[in-house]
Order: sequence, then structure tokens, then C-alpha cells
Amino acid sequence: MKKRTLVQAMLPFMMVAIIILLAGCSNQAMVLDPKGPVGAEQRDLIVISSILCAIILVPVLVLTAWIVWRYRDKEGNKASYKPNWSHSTSLEIVWWAVPIIIIVALAVITIRYTYALEPSKPLKSNKPPVTIQVTSLDWKWLFTYPEQGIATVNYLQIPEDTPIKFELTSDAPMNSFWIPQLGGQIYTMSGMAMTLYLQADEIGHYFGTGANFSGAHFADMTFDVNATSQKDFEAFIAKTKKVPTKLTMESYEALAKPGKSGVQYFSSVPDGLFQKIVTKYTNGQSIHSGHVSSESVKETSKPQSTDKTAPMNHNDHSQMKMTK
Amino acid sequence: MLDKIKQFASEFFVTGDPLILGAQVSIGLSMIAMIFVLSYFRKWGWLWREWLTSVDHKRIGIMYIICSIMMLFRGGVDALLMRLQLAMPNSQFLQAEHYNQIFTTHGVIMILFMAMPLMFGLFNIVVPLQIGARDVAYPFLNSLSFWMFFWGAMLFNVSFVIGGSPDAGWLSYPPLSELSHSPGVGQNFYIWGIQISGIGSLATGINFIVTILKMRAPGMKLMKMPMFTWSVFSSCIMIIFAFPILTVTLALLFLDRFLGAHFFTLDGGGNPMMYINLIWMWGHPEVYIVVIPAFGIFSEIVSTFSKKKLFGYKSMVFAMLIISLLSFFTWAHHFFTMGSGADVNAFFAISTMLIAIPTGAKVFNWLFTMFRGKIRFSTPMMWTIAFIPCFVIGGMTGVLLSVAPADFQFHNSYFLIAHFHQVLIGGVAFGYFAGLYYWWPKMFGFKLNEHLGKWAFWTWNIGFYVCFMPQYFLGLDGMTRRTYTYDFDMGWGPLNLVSTVGGFLMGVGFIFQVWQIAHSIKFREPDVTGDPWDGRTLEWSIPSPAPIYNFAVLPEVNEADAWWEQKQKQSLSAKQPAKIVYEPIHMPKNSSIPFLMSALWFFAGFGFVFNWMWLTIPALIGVAITMIARSFSYDTDYYIPADEVKRTEAALKGAKV
Repeated sequence: MKKRTLVQAMLPFMMVAIIILLAGCSNQAMVLDPKGPVGAEQRDLIVISSILCAIILVPVLVLTAWIVWRYRDKEGNKASYKPNWSHSTSLEIVWWAVPIIIIVALAVITIRYTYALEPSKPLKSNKPPVTIQVTSLDWKWLFTYPEQGIATVNYLQIPEDTPIKFELTSDAPMNSFWIPQLGGQIYTMSGMAMTLYLQADEIGHYFGTGANFSGAHFADMTFDVNATSQKDFEAFIAKTKKVPTKLTMESYEALAKPGKSGVQYFSSVPDGLFQKIVTKYTNGQSIHSGHVSSESVKETSKPQSTDKTAPMNHNDHSQMKMTK
Repeated sequence: MLDKIKQFASEFFVTGDPLILGAQVSIGLSMIAMIFVLSYFRKWGWLWREWLTSVDHKRIGIMYIICSIMMLFRGGVDALLMRLQLAMPNSQFLQAEHYNQIFTTHGVIMILFMAMPLMFGLFNIVVPLQIGARDVAYPFLNSLSFWMFFWGAMLFNVSFVIGGSPDAGWLSYPPLSELSHSPGVGQNFYIWGIQISGIGSLATGINFIVTILKMRAPGMKLMKMPMFTWSVFSSCIMIIFAFPILTVTLALLFLDRFLGAHFFTLDGGGNPMMYINLIWMWGHPEVYIVVIPAFGIFSEIVSTFSKKKLFGYKSMVFAMLIISLLSFFTWAHHFFTMGSGADVNAFFAISTMLIAIPTGAKVFNWLFTMFRGKIRFSTPMMWTIAFIPCFVIGGMTGVLLSVAPADFQFHNSYFLIAHFHQVLIGGVAFGYFAGLYYWWPKMFGFKLNEHLGKWAFWTWNIGFYVCFMPQYFLGLDGMTRRTYTYDFDMGWGPLNLVSTVGGFLMGVGFIFQVWQIAHSIKFREPDVTGDPWDGRTLEWSIPSPAPIYNFAVLPEVNEADAWWEQKQKQSLSAKQPAKIVYEPIHMPKNSSIPFLMSALWFFAGFGFVFNWMWLTIPALIGVAITMIARSFSYDTDYYIPADEVKRTEAALKGAKV
């Protein structure tokens, strides 16, 4: 009797919970509603691996419910009772083998996708990629467009249907650059330049955020990603080139100081700013662990004409890794 | 002069926040109340002789459990404050800095000062009784371990009223945790609180490995040990490999902050990645360290309450040992998105997934222990049954996270938060609750109230799902962990509100548990059998609570379920057991040194936190003196005469009407 009153008391809560949960599902969650090839493949992978897991999960849940119900100690329960039955080689082979098969299948899929979705691997496209350099600062994002010579803070505009080559570093504690609808995140770390290819298939505004905690105002490190037509993108470049504020080394130093920021636009960027940010941390460690920075810097410095400051190291191993 | 004092006080004490002021006042009041009660009832001597200096594993276990329940309260309040802040978009309830401190202390406290001591408490109470031993291998070290944990935890806890809490996350990645980005004392509290208690954990690991290897009753071969003892053994193996890594990592971070070394700073040749690698080489095994003993608890309970032998004993042992081994090959899955490259990511993705295989096999073995059994729904069994679906779902989302390219979308999101709370609450917390209910009569001689226990069970469970299921969706909808607020137009409000309601429901569950304990103490019905659940292992063969020497006569063992076997035999043969011959029992003497030495460590740590060498140096000298004092004390043990054993046993049997 008492148990029933408990369940009754819980009912309203559970009803509300279920309704809101269902409402939550019906609005497509960002990750499950991708707008680019990388995000789409990741969504597919999530779906495939969920199904593989469900192959085990659902029978186990059903079996649990059935066993608990069938073998409850209740008068009149005629289920068989075998207190010493504690071993069966054939049964054990079954339940070691089934997870092994599922995990092998999942492992094969994982390996394939891991190489296919390696973030520094260029995306297939007939258009040349647009390079955007991303620097996480305390507590704002700096985006520089080296080919266009402009920069923005906490705002990203990209052309649709064009691969974007993000080069990422940090001039603050590490963060993680994430635009859920375009694809998975990657860390930004000082003294190291990472590469991440993403692409937007559709015109639209996408949510971008810093995902790795970086201190007090980490929660304010969100940004708007505006994917537009090529024409609008060019118009944005032309318009930004006309804004009066220029990013100089001095104004960069000021910007890099801890503090929040709204959206900002700069009509010019100092030569090799990104490489300077990456290499400023490598003094004193280049001898000992140079590969951490140099391999990536080399990778990022290749397509740039403005780059004269970055060290050109020869590191064949890293080259192999990046082109795999 | 007065200004100086004022300035010092304003830096020393955390001021300006009404919540913290309230906490300060209530801490002060409850301390006064405690001192008053102890003095009024003249219990100081009793406290000192019977508890603070005790080397009895059962008392130490009880003290661990009391501390961990306190810490569960504190960590839980932290959790509810966070959930309140996130219940609404753009909430102004907590400031960013305060929120960051709260999630950092919540993580540290729940893992290191709640789960670990609850686990050690159960180790202490159960293992010697299960293997038929009179104490652990090193009783003095055991007491030292407890007090190192206690004072380490206290050092960490005072940070929130004195000096300020750490706020760089529960694993404190540099450079955020370095002096350059966290100049306050919070990180120092983090380093020294964990360091001091971590030494205690390592010592416990060593202690129980030796105990299990050397102290088993005659006839108890390794493959005849109860499953909980096996789980303790594999957990302790992980402890002795993992905790030294933590100690070194924190020591290096301390050198960075204290002496200006550059182990983890990029300037000067260090590398933050080294810290992240090291901390996860400890951190990932750590989660298996706490969950494996829960597996052991479930194995005992499933078998007892199904009245059936544990299914697949050998493969259970094998599965546990393989999990212990694999846990050391998973650390890099915590940074799939740091550009390690496809080779490394593929390797660690697979080595992580592999853990699902032995874990899955264990679940089937539990299910088939119930199969063809007679399942009784007592509270320990209810938690065990609830654990299975919860842990299986949490394990599956863990497998999803281990798929490296998919993890690029899950990493650092609420999906991850939901996953690890599901395995840590559904696995560890449910497991330890089950264990606590199960062994409670052995500790105190009476059962906990089953009726209130069922209320606690249902509120906890329903609260759990209401709290964490929405978080999976929030993660898929782009909400990141550790964010203290979000905009209204993100649309995350409703799900967060639901999650908060669930969190408070779990809080209600905790209140039910406290009520249950209080109620059961007040209306206790003594357990006169010593075997209230119709148990199967040796701890149920002796009276509850166990006498100080545990076993008057050491038992002989032929089977894993030694006590069950004995009961079967007794019921078959009507003849009386042979007359028992008692012998004097060799016991360790109490010692005040563990308490004093650890308290001195607390002061040394406190001095390091504030860079007060005038405090640290004398305290460390004091530590050295206590060590020397111990090495010169020869009067460390005694014998309980056979007569006294006989009298005690007769009295205990007399109580068994």
C-alpha cells in the first residue's frame, strides 16, 4: 500500500519529465542535425555505433527484467531453483563471444572513420580551401584570414560549400574549438598549431563555442558562425577591409589581455601574427621537444605567402602523418 | 597594525559571499556544539582511546564511512548549487568564479574524498572478516592511512572558508593551474590536500595486497576467495601502480608553483601535455579502482539474495584482472581531440572498447546467478538490480565515447557528463550503498530500516534518471561542461530545469538515507544471529558486531562460500561440533602516532599553501620526530588471554538467545 502512494506521488514528476524529454528529442539536437560533410559523417558514425551497442543493450535489459520477475522469491512461484548450478562453459562462451564480435565490428568501423576523419586531412572539393587562423585568448576568439588580411573577434564568416582550413593555436590556457553542426572539436594549445578542416553545406548561422574550460569567463567564449554565399563572403571581406580599426602588434597585445569581448572587426593583420603567437612559446624548448611545435608550424606555414618568420623545419615523419 | 590585521584577515578568510558566510557561521556553530557535547558527556577520553588512536580495522572502517558520508553531503550540496545555477538561462545565482570553484571541489570531493574513503571503509570492515583474519597485515599503517586521508581531506575542505577554493577543474590542467593563471592559494590547497590523502591511499593499497596474500585462513586458496576480496585485490593492484604517478605529478606541479620550475610551462622547456598524460595515467585507472570493488559487492549480494552460488566464478576473476590491466591502456582517450593523429587515436579507441568485453561478461554472470535462484528484494539486492540497467546503459554510452571520431562531438559536452555520472553513480555509488546496507549489521549489530531504505532507493533512482538522461540530449545539442550560464535562445532551459529537479530528487533520497540511519539507531532491533541475510561468506559466521579479535578460532576453508558450506554440513549432520579450545590471541596495540603524524602533515601542508615556512618547517620536523618515536617503540602488541576470549565468546553466545 505504501509503495503505491510513493509511485502516485512520483507520477506528476515523471509525466512532466517524459513530456519535456520528448520535446527535447523532437527539436533536433545540433550534433544530430549536421550542416556539413564532417558533421554528417560523425552523425552517421554515432548512429551506427549506437545501433551496434543496442544489439547488446536491448536484449540485456529485457533479459534482466525477465529474470528478476521470473525468479523472484514469492510463494507459488514455480520457477526451478538450482542453488549449486554455477558453471556452464557453453553459456560463458556465448557471452564472451557476443561482445567480442560486436567490439570487433565496432573497432573496424572506428579505425576506418578515424583515418577518414583525421581532422588535418583536406576535404574533397573542387574549390580550393579558405584558410582561417583561430587563436583562443582569455576569454575570446581571434579569427584571422591570412589570405584576405582581415581579422575578427568572436565572429566567423565563411563561404558555403567551400572547405575551410582552420589553423588553431592558443595564447592562453588551452581551449577547444567546436562548431557542433559543422563537425567535431579540436583543442587549441599554446606553442602548437593544429589543423581542422570543416565545411558548411548550407547558408545559415551556426553556434560555435569554446569547449574546454579555460578559466573565469570561459562560458562567454561563444561565437556566431555565419555561412554565406561566396558573393556575400567577398562583400564581407571588402566591408571589413574598410573598417578603421587595424590589428597591430600593440593592439593584439591589448586584445590578448584577459577579459571578455564583443564582436570586433579589423581591416588588417600584422605579418605572420599567427606564427608569432605559435612560436612565442617555443623559445627555450625548441632544442628539447621541437617536434611539438615545428611539425605543425611547418604544415601551417606552407600555403602562406606572408609567412617569413616561421621556422622551416624538415620533419619528414610529420609530413607523412599529415598526408595520410 | 590594526589595518594590517584587517587586511590579512580579508585575504585569509573568504569574505563577501552570503552563501560562504552562512557556511562559515554554521561550521563555527557546529564545532562549538561538538566541543560542548563531548565535554558535557565527558567523552574526550573515550573518543581518544576508543577511536582516534584505534588500530582496529573495523573502527577505522567505520571512521572512513562517517567521513565519506559527510563528504557526500558536501559534494552533494556543491552539485545542487550548480544545478540551481543552471536551472534557468542567464541565471545570476552564482558568479563565474564561484561556480568554477564549486565544480572543481565537487569533482575532487566526490572521487577522492567520498568514493575512495567509502571504498576503503568497506575494504577495512569486510576483507579481514571475509578471509578469516584477525586484522590487516599492517594495523599501524592502516591507521596512518586513514588519518592521512582525513587530514588531507580537511586541508582541502578548509579552502572554501580560508584562502579560497581551487577553480581549475578537478584535474587542474596547466597552464591554468600554474602560478601565472591561478595565483591564489586555491591550487596549493588542491595539491596538498590530494597529496597528503593520496599517500594514505597508496599505503592502503599495499596493506590490503599483503593482507590478502598473507593473512587468509587455512585452506583458502586464491581461487577460493570470496569475490569481494578478489575485487579488492585487483583494485589495490591498480592503486599501487596508479597512485605513485599522481604523487609525482602533483609534486612536479608544486615545484612549478613553489620554486618556479618549468615542468609543465611552455617557457623554460616544459610541456603541459606531459601533465595531461601523467594525470590521466592515474585518472583513468582511478575510475576503475573505485568501480571494481563495487563489482565485488554486487557479486556477493547477487549470490546471497538469490540463494545461489555465484555463476562463473573463474571468468569473473579473470574479467576483473583483465579490466585492471586494460585500465592502464586507456588514458589517451581523454584527449582524442588534441591532435595525437589517427594511429594513436585508433589504438586507444580500441583498447578502451575492449573493456566492454569483460564487463559485459560480468553482467551476464550476475544475471545467470539470479537465473534459477530465489531472489529476495531486500534493500542491498534492490540497489544491485537497479545497478544493472543503469550501468549497462552508462557502459554503452562509454563505448560510444570511445569511438574516437565520434568523440570529437561528445568530448567536453554534457553527453560526457551524463555518461560518467551514470557509471559512477549507477556503478560506484549504487554499489557502495548496497554494500553499506549489506554489511551494516556486521558493523553495528542491527539492520537499517528497510521501509525507509526503499523510499531512499526509489527517490535516488528516479531522481537519477530525471537528472542525467536530459544531459545526454543537452550534450548532443552543443552544451559544454563547466559552463556557468547560457543564453535563453540556446533552448537548453527546459532540459536543464528537468535535470535540476532530478538532482534535488536525489538530494531527497540522501535525506531519506540520513533519516533511515537515524531512525534505525533509535529503534534498533539487535541482530542476534550474526547472519541476518543468510550469508555465504565467513564474515557472517561470527557475531555482529564482531569482537575485537574477529575470530576466536581461525576457520578452515574448503570453498568460496565457506560459511554457506558449513551451514549446509551442520544441517545435514546433527552431531555437535567438537569442543573448542581457545588460545591466546596476538593483537596490535593502539597508537597515537598516526593521528599526530597526520595532523602535523596537515600543518606542514597548510604552511606550504600559504608559503609560511615558519609553520611548515617545524611541522615537518614534528613528522620526523613521530617517525623516529615509532621506530623506537617496542611495546606495540599484546596477547588477549585464552580465558578472556572464552569469556567474551560465552557472553556473545549468551546474547544469542
